Amino acid sequence: MGQTIVEKIIAHNIGAESVKPGDIVTVDVDRVMLDDIMIPFIVDKFREMGFSRVWDPDKVVLIYDHLVPASQQDDTRHYRVGDAFAAEHGLKNVHRSDGICHQLMTEAGYVKPGNVVFGTDSHTTTYGCVGAFSTGIGYTEMAAILGTGQLWVKVPETIRVVIEGKVPEGVMSKDIILRIIGDLGADGATYRALEFTGQAVEEMSVASRMAMANMAIEAGAKCAAFTPDGKTAQYCGISLDAFQRGLKGDPDAVYVKTIAYRAEDFEPVMACPSQVDKIRNVSELEGTVIDQVFIGSCTNGRLEDLQAAAAVLKGRRVAPFVKLIVTPASRKVYEEALECGALQTLMEAGAIITHPGCGLCCGRTGGILCDGERVVATNNRNFLGRMGTSKVEIYLASPVTAAACAAAGKIVAGRQQ
Amino acid sequence: MEQFTGKVWVLGDDIDTDIIIPTEYLALKTIEEMKQYGFSPLRPELAAQIGQGDILVAGKNFGCGSSREQAPEVVKALGIRCVIAKSFARIFFRNAINNGLLLIEQQDLYDDMEEGDRITVTVNQDVDYRGKRYPIASLPQNLVEIIAAGGLVKAMRRRNGLDGERGQEDGTDDC
Amino acid sequence: MGMTIAEKIIARAAGVEVVRAGDIHTVTLDRMMSNDGTTHLTVDMYHNKLKNPRIADVKKMVFIVDHNVPSDSAKTAGSQKKMRDFAKEHGIDFWEGKGVCHQIMMEHYVCPGELIFGADSHTCTYGALGAFGTGVGCTDLLYGMVTGTSWVLVPETVKFNLTGRLSEGVYPRDLMLTIIGQIGANGVNYQVMEFTGEGAGSLSVNDRMVLCNLAVEAGAKTAVFEADEVALEYLRARGRKPKAVFKSDADAVYAREYTFDLTKIVPVVAKPDFVDAVVPAEEVCGIRIDEAFLGSCNNGRIDELRAGAAAMKGKKVAEHVRFLVVPASQEVYLQAMEEGLIRTFMESGAIVMNPNCSVCWGSCQGVIGENEVLISTGTRNFKGRAGHPSSKVYLGSAATVAASAVKGEICMADML
Repeated sequence: MGQTIVEKIIAHNIGAESVKPGDIVTVDVDRVMLDDIMIPFIVDKFREMGFSRVWDPDKVVLIYDHLVPASQQDDTRHYRVGDAFAAEHGLKNVHRSDGICHQLMTEAGYVKPGNVVFGTDSHTTTYGCVGAFSTGIGYTEMAAILGTGQLWVKVPETIRVVIEGKVPEGVMSKDIILRIIGDLGADGATYRALEFTGQAVEEMSVASRMAMANMAIEAGAKCAAFTPDGKTAQYCGISLDAFQRGLKGDPDAVYVKTIAYRAEDFEPVMACPSQVDKIRNVSELEGTVIDQVFIGSCTNGRLEDLQAAAAVLKGRRVAPFVKLIVTPASRKVYEEALECGALQTLMEAGAIITHPGCGLCCGRTGGILCDGERVVATNNRNFLGRMGTSKVEIYLASPVTAAACAAAGKIVAGRQQ
Repeated sequence: MEQFTGKVWVLGDDIDTDIIIPTEYLALKTIEEMKQYGFSPLRPELAAQIGQGDILVAGKNFGCGSSREQAPEVVKALGIRCVIAKSFARIFFRNAINNGLLLIEQQDLYDDMEEGDRITVTVNQDVDYRGKRYPIASLPQNLVEIIAAGGLVKAMRRRNGLDGERGQEDGTDDC
Repeated sequence: MGMTIAEKIIARAAGVEVVRAGDIHTVTLDRMMSNDGTTHLTVDMYHNKLKNPRIADVKKMVFIVDHNVPSDSAKTAGSQKKMRDFAKEHGIDFWEGKGVCHQIMMEHYVCPGELIFGADSHTCTYGALGAFGTGVGCTDLLYGMVTGTSWVLVPETVKFNLTGRLSEGVYPRDLMLTIIGQIGANGVNYQVMEFTGEGAGSLSVNDRMVLCNLAVEAGAKTAVFEADEVALEYLRARGRKPKAVFKSDADAVYAREYTFDLTKIVPVVAKPDFVDAVVPAEEVCGIRIDEAFLGSCNNGRIDELRAGAAAMKGKKVAEHVRFLVVPASQEVYLQAMEEGLIRTFMESGAIVMNPNCSVCWGSCQGVIGENEVLISTGTRNFKGRAGHPSSKVYLGSAATVAASAVKGEICMADML
């Protein structure tokens, strides 16, 4: 019987011929990601568990991103705890101000197709974009992995999403994943894997796939999976081996559900306050007055996102009294956007460019809003109170739509410009 | 069979981790400092009202969103004995189990439940509300073992020879 | 008997021929600036304390959001919204996230001969263009906004005669810190610092801003340079014309005179927790730092970014150091991009942030923690100013700060 991508990765990891959904297996972890918010808790649990050494320091990546730059006095304590733990255990993969964890994990080559990866952040599903099995866990489980190098997982059922055809101009992969989440519901893929396939997916850049894998968690998914291809190999700086090349869903693999889309049917959408699955076409929302726009995050802060926004804003100005905040996802993205002129274009349009990091998306600083304000944002969550008070309205959108809204000062569709 | 009775607080569908404990408070040093902000975006007064042994009943997808383990820890620190929901988000589910917070999936209770009423839970069997019995499923064996060990930290301590007998090496049983 | 530049500006604003130190005059204000530190309070008073609220002349008002931008909490967002809504309702010029207030004022508004109130102590910066700028509280600002006028007690002027030129590797910031160290943090209380002499004439407007900006740290009401050709060229390049160009009369009365020989100035550092605790930088070399800050209304302009980038010489920021680089405005930021300075900083591992006040006033961007040490080009090193009460702040030039970021300890640029 055939297997899905995730089944193949897990089977390969445990040295089995095959696995099936529902099997509970113990995997050897290829890489873990620890972030700055969680590090003090991880260290506490690690000690409390009685571990004295990290199973494999080279497989551990420590990233400061939620608390950079520090907005509260105690934030720097997290850096000190992290630095001390890194020094004690010989961790070399430490990033102190290089950008958002999920961007760095793929961009810096920490994750390869077929890997099994865990991170203390729910958007760890992102690495499915290169054909890895990756998911978010809590700090207690992370502490256990640091000590043992292993974790139990229940093999998930897989939902297959097939997108054939050509994606229309002005529609980004963000619009696609938002629509899928709307159709599945915020818990529609809970405990399950989302496997993306079809011509439109094959034609996408790795960055576009990343935005989709990143948001799989918003449908409750355990992980996302894309088949590694030439673009993946180039992005990861490797050539694919036989196992990696074989990471595709078999024709006779068993899927709990298959949903099919025609790429031509997608159009710009938004997730409306305050549910990620409350999806409306932008055309239905046009005219809604806004106060702020945020372009950034591990979902949509990559070079292609900044370039798309810059193309919309070239020669235009952000509307009066509206604030546009742009946060590149990583130092590398920032440098590339600087090199190609996208940052200058955005700044000349009036954008506030911040240092790479989680920024506003995680709601600690970087443009927090107050009662009665409305924001269009390219990140992944519009939960109540996520970016300020519970009376802030958050609309999630693609970078193209967000940029168009910034110029108009109200909700408009990007492709109409 | 373990049985307990408690007063119920009712929350809706999709209670996310940012509602359970907003990011703003995640870097506070202890769960004790954090717990006063539990559920604050939705019901700022709730954290102070919850008493020891109370029960939360909610709709679908409880705990969706981030992997922050502070969420189940805050729920537990507030004194909540267990959470009964139509469904749970998976990271929250694992985190709760690892911290010894009991979660129960039940499809019908939420629709009938009125806040402030009391219910009686018989673990792995049913919930009694106004004399009506709402059946509940048993947990998978590996999770029962983690809870039985008192959570993942205790399981690991035992593995490392700190508390009682040394656990098995393969990890499956103790983590 | 003659008058000083400051006296002539006040006389013009008061509509009188002559003013003398110690006189009190009612003046018509040329311009008023208010930032997000206090504008919400001013707006509250405007709505709640006045019987007939009105604005005398909206064209004279400038509102600038720079202290907490982008905002770090719903509370600051609320204050900023109040300010934004008020500006929108009344048609007041409104800037948000475009730069530190004094930099925006210099780039877009200040003209020689103007009398300007700003609800921020470093409003004295505007003397770099021969204007009289001074910091006021929000009540004074409200009165000015409603009536268009205010009262001033004419301050005495103290003359600072600058001779010679600064040596290579020594910056106007070293000069001003040296002056403050010598005269003390209350050395010119309520007085005007007038910078003059060939040394003053040799300084760019950028450099003059560095000197005037810190005048308040010596207690001055303001500081002023004569609007010479250097100043007028700066103005012309921005399409503005002077209100009036004043020179001090030969027989003007000064309370005191000092002479500083610029050739003798060396790199200095102000030690915690006082701006006048100034010592030669070499005395504090070797002190381990956690964070370095290059920015602020004092030292976040293109000249300082150039000096900082040059001092780094393509080296990396020390692993344990957070090096914050914060251009003073979008204009400065774009210029620094153009010149490749931003690339140099990013490649070195610096944290390059949007123009804002940042850690200079301990806001949301780069706050320091318990017992941490910061070396900064900011304006002040008061206890707890940059974060935790136990933290320490050293003030130095952009070159010293950048070199320290690389070394991981306080270090002079020529020691790298």
